[in-house]
Amino acid sequence: MATEIGQRFQVVDHPIDAEDVVRRVRDPGNGAVCVFYGVVRDHALSGRQTSFLEYEAYREMAEAKMAEIAEDIRRRWGIAHVAMTHRVGRLGVGEPSVVIAVGTPHRKQAFEACEYAIDRLKAEVPIWKKEIGPDGEEWVE
Amino acid sequence: MRISVRLFASHRERLGTDRLVVDVPPEASLAELIATIAVRFPGLGDLLGGARCAVNREYAAPTTILHEGDEVALIPPVAGGGG
Repeated sequence: MATEIGQRFQVVDHPIDAEDVVRRVRDPGNGAVCVFYGVVRDHALSGRQTSFLEYEAYREMAEAKMAEIAEDIRRRWGIAHVAMTHRVGRLGVGEPSVVIAVGTPHRKQAFEACEYAIDRLKAEVPIWKKEIGPDGEEWVE
Repeated sequence: MRISVRLFASHRERLGTDRLVVDVPPEASLAELIATIAVRFPGLGDLLGGARCAVNREYAAPTTILHEGDEVALIPPVAGGGG
């Protein structure tokens, strides 16, 4: 099965096709597929109201980092198929900004690896978000 | 040598450009490049602290030696965690 970055790890500027992300981890050895959706919330950590989020990415490095995280997942949990798509541009409340799918033989690994994937992504992948609300706009740091 | 530095997010907005071209001596380190940027672009000021750097799409330490043609990027803090 092809594992080029272009297929499994993507930064896109259109609504995410979550079914496509799931398809990319399909394997007859999977007993479980865990899917994480990061969605735009209506309020910031500060409690301030959010109208939109704007995401920006260093696309080439973001895709490479996502692939690296998937490699670490495979090393740590053994067999694991991983796909990630992050969206950039302006997103409204409720829209998914990121979808991660992890397929493994057993569900415990799928749950753990999926959580690990989003934690790593948020810490390391060069993608930024700007909160836009009635009280102004601010890059989240 | 000329080093092209990509800017994103708050850095890009602050300076009004997504790219800087900076002259540094051959074999300059990333630290020297950052110091040069801080002096030439004081508008970045407070935003430089807490920023990381990437060289050729990998996070790089300040001691990294730069070469002609390296792709350098300033990486503002990414929003981690918080749900």
